[in-house]
Amino acid sequence: MTSLNAKIQEVFNEPACGVNHNKTEKERKKGCTKQLQPGGAAGGCAFDGAKIALQPFTDVAHLVHGPIACEGNSWDNRGSKSSGSALWRMSFTTDMNETDIVFGGEKRLYKAIKEIGEKYDPAAIFVYQTCVPAMIGDDINAVCKAAAKKFGRPVIPVNSPGFVGQKNLGNKLAGEALLDHVIGTAEPEYTTPYDINIIGEYNLSGELWQVKPLLDELGIRILSCISGDGKYLEAAYSHRAKAAMMVCSRAMINVASKMEKRYNIPFFEGSFYGIGDTSDSLREISRLLISRGAPDKLMFHTEALVAREEQKAFAAIEQFKVQLAGKRVLLITGGVKSWSVVAALQEAGLEIVGTSVKKSTKEDKERIKQIMGEDAHMIDDMTPREMYKMLREARADIMLSGGRSQFVALKAAMPWLDINQERHHAYMGYVGMVDLVRQIEKSLYNPIWEQVRQPAPWDVNGESWQKKAQAAPAALPLAAE
Amino acid sequence: MAIVTTIRKSCTVNPLKMSQPVGGALAFMGLRNTMPLLHGSQGCTSFGLVLFVRHFKEAIPLQTTAMSEVATVLGGYENIEQAILNIYKRTKPDLIGICSTGVTEIKGDDVEGFIKLFRMNHPEFTDYPIVYVSTPDFSGAFQDGWDKAVTRIIEALVPAQVLARDPRHVNVLPGCHITAGDIDELHEIFENFGMEAVFLPDLSGSLDGHIPDDFTPTTLGGIGVDEIVQMGSANWTIAIGAQMSAAAQALQARSGVPFRLFERLCGLRPNDEFFAFLSEISGRPVPAKYRRQRSQLIDAMLDGHFYTGGRKLAIGAEPDLLYDIASLLHEMGAEIVAAVTTTASPVLEKLAVDEVLIGDLEDLEIRASARGADLLLTHAHGRQMAARLELPFFRIGLPIFDRLGAAHIVTVGYKGTRNLIFSMANLLMEHNETYHKPTPDSWRRAAQEEAV
Repeated sequence: MTSLNAKIQEVFNEPACGVNHNKTEKERKKGCTKQLQPGGAAGGCAFDGAKIALQPFTDVAHLVHGPIACEGNSWDNRGSKSSGSALWRMSFTTDMNETDIVFGGEKRLYKAIKEIGEKYDPAAIFVYQTCVPAMIGDDINAVCKAAAKKFGRPVIPVNSPGFVGQKNLGNKLAGEALLDHVIGTAEPEYTTPYDINIIGEYNLSGELWQVKPLLDELGIRILSCISGDGKYLEAAYSHRAKAAMMVCSRAMINVASKMEKRYNIPFFEGSFYGIGDTSDSLREISRLLISRGAPDKLMFHTEALVAREEQKAFAAIEQFKVQLAGKRVLLITGGVKSWSVVAALQEAGLEIVGTSVKKSTKEDKERIKQIMGEDAHMIDDMTPREMYKMLREARADIMLSGGRSQFVALKAAMPWLDINQERHHAYMGYVGMVDLVRQIEKSLYNPIWEQVRQPAPWDVNGESWQKKAQAAPAALPLAAE
Repeated sequence: MAIVTTIRKSCTVNPLKMSQPVGGALAFMGLRNTMPLLHGSQGCTSFGLVLFVRHFKEAIPLQTTAMSEVATVLGGYENIEQAILNIYKRTKPDLIGICSTGVTEIKGDDVEGFIKLFRMNHPEFTDYPIVYVSTPDFSGAFQDGWDKAVTRIIEALVPAQVLARDPRHVNVLPGCHITAGDIDELHEIFENFGMEAVFLPDLSGSLDGHIPDDFTPTTLGGIGVDEIVQMGSANWTIAIGAQMSAAAQALQARSGVPFRLFERLCGLRPNDEFFAFLSEISGRPVPAKYRRQRSQLIDAMLDGHFYTGGRKLAIGAEPDLLYDIASLLHEMGAEIVAAVTTTASPVLEKLAVDEVLIGDLEDLEIRASARGADLLLTHAHGRQMAARLELPFFRIGLPIFDRLGAAHIVTVGYKGTRNLIFSMANLLMEHNETYHKPTPDSWRRAAQEEAV
């Protein structure tokens, strides 16, 4: 446990994190995870976060060491897509029982690793620690080391039991596992001046493939994506990339910054959500590659591609303007997406009546002000009840959010779109953003809204909430600021 | 007569089983204005929450004591106390239902003791309904968590006294395989016999998918605490599924209400027994409506047996659901070639198969493949295996996260059985049309293979 504690301190000390700069040493030690409130929390745990970050590696067997709850209740629930192996979608767990608790679970874990190797021959086995074996003192590092030696296959310990913190900490601990045991352990067949890593991108709904054709066109090779549609070997030789893009801002900053320090791979934080951001990211990739020796003409090609794609995308969005002008959007998401999709939505004529900043950094908030003006409605913590009220009173025409709040909107008979991880549509890059606007239009103009908001014939006029919602004046001030 | 075997291997692959605490939590979700609370790390709750959201497509009330590593080692009294106070302040539920998890059981938290201490420290909660059930993750399965929770609810809320009986009043204790749609159907059946039934738990008002009048952070509906307190005044208790026998016995021990256990409510013979029993206790003849439905079921069996006859069934489900549905298909001419379940139960050995495994979907896949199964029944996690083996796949149980309407799949009664047969036969027809179109070489190839 001491080594895990040290690891957690190390993660909290992340020098590349902007927030950390403004903290005293004491504050830094406490870490960035807020103390959880019993009876008032519902987010994922550190194990959840670690699994989210690593499970998209497709040719790896992901083995969860713990009782059935940690894996049995949740497997096959990720929307990542694979271009090859389907092994990552299978579920492996030691399913610890009372005997294992009494005598320790190390033996079972070792045998489980053996069984998986014999039956499924994976490129590697990732072993996830959970609370119960952590409590009884199972040393997964030692078991993994012994098993790797014995069976001649990488067996990677991921030390992130649920009770050490929240999802975000788990993302970072997963990154540490890669840094300690995977990255730098293999060499690519060849390298090019155009090799990049993409870090913190999970290929949800296959959205990486909305951007990959653009990179292909520029001759840029994704040496390793950590971890969407990723392969173990690619991560193992990812230290030979010339530059890196860090996508999900908070998730794996430690991977990007330590790779910069250890292997001299410069990185930038960027996003493929939104038209302007996609362009900026492509330019930044090219700039970094040129700084590492790629020919200057790469930027020329990039600019030409950006100009062409932007023009196409804006022309496509233009068609929706008449339908979407003046429609009000409530954006409940976090981090980068709290501003990166805003520009495209505004371009389509939509009005953003509020954007949540609960998970956003100071920089994110600055960006929101730049895009939406000084009086941007930034919602820090909107309770479901307030969201429901706002929608029910029709102060927004549509809500874009994650699955957690979907029923708040739907029960208020309001249009809703999923823009978080469980979504079924891919919204990345230029084509993705056009598709988002298309989906908003489809959702707003679906004829069901008129019918589902009609009160039943036997409801006394004006009494049903649907009636009240329809009659509500358009521009009430926002309550949730 | 089946032999029940527990698979011996170290790695569970593609689990069929889910954990006890989430089963317990679901039982609490069938109580009106209630907040289930898992005593464990926040992830225990978050995974359960996502599981139910995906299955029911509904907002799910489920809270956590958010045990950190330090709190886990020191013991969780403060977390339980804060959680109850917070939940009460925010949502004012009529009842808080607490389920333990793996971490807090290993530490050995005495939650009953914590609740006593909590009531002493906060006298305003002296009579406030807080029900605790011990559900460690490392033993039992989902179904066990459900039946333990129901038993504990009865022990905690039904007064130990014999009340005056209302001859029209019936208690129903449905197993966790009984859907909101099943409960709606049963409600109507009891009504048609002139009886009034209360269901414990009752998911039909809470997780049936409806539009509430206002935002509710607790359960939207279900049986009220006041109704549970009155269960002792019923004339009969009807338990559905062998898992509910402990709960039915507990209720009888406290209130003297006799019970009758129906292990199955799907199929012709089980429903004959059920309807005959209702007629007997209500003193009314079986209504014409159900006589007609019985006749329709027989017709459905006749039409459907062409498709189910000789089918080789691979099925994975919790014991009561497994016994009910596999038996129906067996009665319709299917051969059970592989049966996998999650936990021990007295019904398993009655299944018309040589062996029932307590195992996972890998075990089911291996056997289904080796024994040439041509129909797969299990929860949504069977989808990968169905794709690999190209099997017609009918989803049963929980979770069903990749299809709509899971809460309204009805298998009880003559009508429910009839519709189930139709759905299953239609699936088999479609699968045949897609995968088994004869070609000029279909039989030639078979003959050639035989010759080799």
